[in-house]
Amino acid sequence: MAENKNVKVVMDNDGIDRCLTRIAYEILEKNKGMENLVLVGIRTGGVYLAQRLQKKISAIEDKDIPLGILDITLYRDDISSSSKKPALGKTKIPFDLDDKKVVLVDDVLFTGRTIRAAMDALIDFGRPKLIQLAVLIDRGHRELPIRADYVGKNLPSSFWEAVSVNLMEKNGIDEVIIEEET
Amino acid sequence: MKFEKKDILGMKDLTVDEINIILETAESFLEISTREIKKVPTLRGKSVINLFYEASTRTRTSFEIAGKRLSADTINISASTSSVVKGETLIDTARNLEAMNPDVIVIRHSAAGAPHMLARMLRQSIINAGDGSHEHPTQALLDMMTIKEKKGRLDGLKVAIVGDIMHSRVARSNIYGLSKMGANVVLAGPATMLPRDIDKMGVAVYTNLEEAIVDADVVMMLRIQLERQNQSIFPSLREYAQHYCLNRTNIQLAKKDVIVMHPGPMNRGVEISPDIADDPSYSVILDQVNNGVAVRMALLYLLTGGNE
Repeated sequence: MAENKNVKVVMDNDGIDRCLTRIAYEILEKNKGMENLVLVGIRTGGVYLAQRLQKKISAIEDKDIPLGILDITLYRDDISSSSKKPALGKTKIPFDLDDKKVVLVDDVLFTGRTIRAAMDALIDFGRPKLIQLAVLIDRGHRELPIRADYVGKNLPSSFWEAVSVNLMEKNGIDEVIIEEET
Repeated sequence: MKFEKKDILGMKDLTVDEINIILETAESFLEISTREIKKVPTLRGKSVINLFYEASTRTRTSFEIAGKRLSADTINISASTSSVVKGETLIDTARNLEAMNPDVIVIRHSAAGAPHMLARMLRQSIINAGDGSHEHPTQALLDMMTIKEKKGRLDGLKVAIVGDIMHSRVARSNIYGLSKMGANVVLAGPATMLPRDIDKMGVAVYTNLEEAIVDADVVMMLRIQLERQNQSIFPSLREYAQHYCLNRTNIQLAKKDVIVMHPGPMNRGVEISPDIADDPSYSVILDQVNNGVAVRMALLYLLTGGNE
């Protein structure tokens, strides 16, 4: 299978870093600072990106921004039809969500189903003042009325292509690749 | 990571990998019970039948809460209020329940092998919640989860299990499970409560509590089944307590950071002295109960894969 694939690198290490820097400033601009602002990364890719955004925002404002980790497996809409259960990761939201401005962070925005699940999960934890969405890649093909507030890069893709965000923390390299089956 | 078991019948037939998957999944489920809204929608539309032919508060409630926190519908049937009192056989009851299409049946029965028979007959997933003196796998799993939580590992730990080994399904499941995970299990109890040939399970056996708990990392005290007192396996509760009650004095023989476990219900002053049972520096008994819900959530989650 592997040899039948056309792999194209669409973003490298510097590209990812510049996108995250821009998003960090956009988040602060839109929310007029970081009062009541929290980041929540969606497992697994979103967590690493959220950690990087946390560093950048905390450095800009010289104050730590809280970070939570969300596993959305239990809220998936295909959970009862999937033939085997996906491995379950830990959810850690070590702060109260009531009246917070929550920025959800994920690597790729595709059908929007993950974000739907993430919003359901967040609302079980409290009543945020608002929820915003930051993604590194928006590849289109939405199946739900969801859009991102902060986008690293819009990447038009065919439904059957695979878009992967590889990150140093997990894959040992920072890159965004698009794999096309030929 | 793949979990392909249809049923959870005993620790004997779980592999090390399967045990690890169950424990890791359970650790992730712990967090849900700390939320203000203790419910996730995962098993919406699934139903779980708790079929209990023997008395139980802890295990039945634990399974019921586990199912409900996952949004499954849980139905409890206890033998005393079911058609069992009208003479229906287990097979007939099971076939009737099967016809109502539940997804999981949790069964406790006084006959060893009852869950295994259901597992062969029915297409539903069966979880053994205790069969006679045979196995009680969910108890062993929650015990292992608690040990792992407190000690960080299972491998290489010395675990002493003390009491009526003969009639204890908790002991049997823990011997299978803990040995598989690399723990060093030793047993202690009066000779009348030790099954013959138990050492063939690969465990050291003592008739003396003090010898067994020397340098132990974990001491697990079993419940003396008071209803067996008239079977002349021990002369009196007082005499049993004199020799086999875990107390402030004998616990000094174990490691300094020893943890004390009990599957409940406790006979205070018989197998465990109240000051040990209530001392949070030793006792993890309530952690066991808390972890029990998470282990059962993990099993319901893993078994309802829906691969039909």
